[in-house]
Amino acid sequence: MFKSMKTRIAIVVAAATLFSAAAGATDITGAGSSFVYPVLSKWSATYAEKTGNHINYQSIGSGGGIAQIKAGTVDFGASDKPLSEADLNAKGLGQFPIVVGGIVPALNVPGIKTGQLVLDGPTLAKIFLGKIKTWNDPAIAKLNPGVKLPSMRINVVHRSDGSGTSFNFTNFLSKVSPEWKSQVGEGTAVKWPTGIGGKGNEGVSAYVGQLKGSIGYVEYAYALKNHINYALMKNAAGKTVKPDSETFSAAAATADWSHAKDFHLIMTNAPGANAWPITATTWAIMYKKPKNAANTKVVFDFFKWSYEHGQKQAESLDYVPLPDSLVKRIENYWNTQFSK
Amino acid sequence: MNATSLPAEPRESDQRAQRDARHDRIFRLILKACALLVLLALLGAAASTLWGGREVLFGHTWEFLTTSDWNPVENKYGALGPIFGTLVTSIIAIVLAVPISFGIALFLSEIAPSWLRTPVATAIELLAAIPSIIYGMWGLFVFVPFMADHVEPKLSATLGQLPIIGALFDGPPLGLGILTAGIVLAVMIIPFISSVMREVFQTVPTRLKESAYALGSTKWEVVWDIMLPYTRSAVIGGIFLGLGRALGETMAVTFVLGNSYDIQASLLMPGTSISSSIANEFNEAVGTHRSALIALGFLLFVVTFIVLMIARLMLRRLSRKEGN
Repeated sequence: MFKSMKTRIAIVVAAATLFSAAAGATDITGAGSSFVYPVLSKWSATYAEKTGNHINYQSIGSGGGIAQIKAGTVDFGASDKPLSEADLNAKGLGQFPIVVGGIVPALNVPGIKTGQLVLDGPTLAKIFLGKIKTWNDPAIAKLNPGVKLPSMRINVVHRSDGSGTSFNFTNFLSKVSPEWKSQVGEGTAVKWPTGIGGKGNEGVSAYVGQLKGSIGYVEYAYALKNHINYALMKNAAGKTVKPDSETFSAAAATADWSHAKDFHLIMTNAPGANAWPITATTWAIMYKKPKNAANTKVVFDFFKWSYEHGQKQAESLDYVPLPDSLVKRIENYWNTQFSK
Repeated sequence: MNATSLPAEPRESDQRAQRDARHDRIFRLILKACALLVLLALLGAAASTLWGGREVLFGHTWEFLTTSDWNPVENKYGALGPIFGTLVTSIIAIVLAVPISFGIALFLSEIAPSWLRTPVATAIELLAAIPSIIYGMWGLFVFVPFMADHVEPKLSATLGQLPIIGALFDGPPLGLGILTAGIVLAVMIIPFISSVMREVFQTVPTRLKESAYALGSTKWEVVWDIMLPYTRSAVIGGIFLGLGRALGETMAVTFVLGNSYDIQASLLMPGTSISSSIANEFNEAVGTHRSALIALGFLLFVVTFIVLMIARLMLRRLSRKEGN
């Protein structure tokens, strides 16, 4: 009886695999940024349920994603740092944003609750340059009238691993502080003038949580999930804003995409009145003339589906879907630049 | 029956001898292949790190080996910071781990009642089986706050006030840094060193020990004058096994070292090590940056090789002094 049961199961399994293969399910591979991994994996699970097409995404880091798409071993790469025009043209690649997220300054200052402290770009740069050494520094006090600041030493915490989060954060500091730009610059890994390095969002938040008087930077989704104390920022328009989906999408909407060829635009320090200043995106990178047309078609279908239907899921993971105006721009880019 | 089997006998033994010789040859070949495989893997790894890091190793040799400026934005890579961190954390680990391991091994082989030996020895071997990422997490979430709250403030208030060595214990009590990494490494290598020591202490012939006791030696004298000289080369071998592990340890160190490329005098300040730099930055590194990280990997080969060479030389000098 057991034997017949087993045989029966075997037949069912064999039939199932046969049918799914017959239905023409396509397996798509992608690789790159770990920043988008949570949302991509959620999207691909739902998308697989709907269409039977599987998206296998390996979060190996942006550098690895770029290398893999250049080598042609994956159908799409994902990077937190856009490729330059020359780089794209050399290989016949195109790129477009996938989803928007934010980066927040994480704090551990005794007596200061989340969202109570306000910082602006130049002050943040001075803190990370090691120029502002204590929490009751006049520069911080001026931004926070009425907040009682301790005379505690500031411990700076940064990412020790190369990351898109660091890239966007240092890009922001370079835009708002000439001193940062000339002394440190921007990059996935930079020569930090001061502080200690934690590995990943979890490393940074563990250090910030443990060391009193420390400041670091983490992805918003991560900060929210782990109840990390964050600061508000004064943006380019001079308005104090709170990090949330509204201010992130304001940044994405007001960034000047019309002049950005191949969406080459880092949207930190966006001009909108309501824009969160350290907003980031991840780019998908694909061949304009695909080597595997069938797979590429599914990739486009997947991204189209995720722009249209994946928004709720992105929001539940505290990412922000792209604003409609930007989605239109991307679909137009697909139609004009890519041969499907 | 006998008549037929007798002439066949020498032939059968001939065949057997031939077969044995053939088996021996095959066996020898297999063993050779095994040994060669290790050598090939080692040479292959060394050669591919050398090749991968050629841009930095040959293009900027001097800068790479003599500066501590690690700046991926400007594509400047000086490896002095990671080399310094690797050596100092390993030295701290060895300095702490050797006496403790010695004590554990002695206790287990000489002093502990026999019902206690097996459970304690098993516990130590279990310690050796814990993956290093677990040590890292334990270090970060349990040990670092303990160091920050209880140990480091006291260290800088006492030792930090002394002249000369005070500089080693000066600085804010961050909890993480070179000293913490050294201590975590010590905990990680104690099982290796102590189990080697315990094994070799058990090989000391009882008659040697008992003769010494009969001459009126104390336990300490037996240990120091009889057991240690008898087992010295194996004990030193065990220590270097631990040191090798400490030099290459990655995850645990990455969590508690603080990952800063600056070389600072204080042991309480953050630093970085060769392997943790690679683990941290390799994912996102491209071009020269990647080459610099692979070159760091090659450097770790070289550093480990030099350390093991020194160990060999020390051993040889010791045995020559004894006239062996």
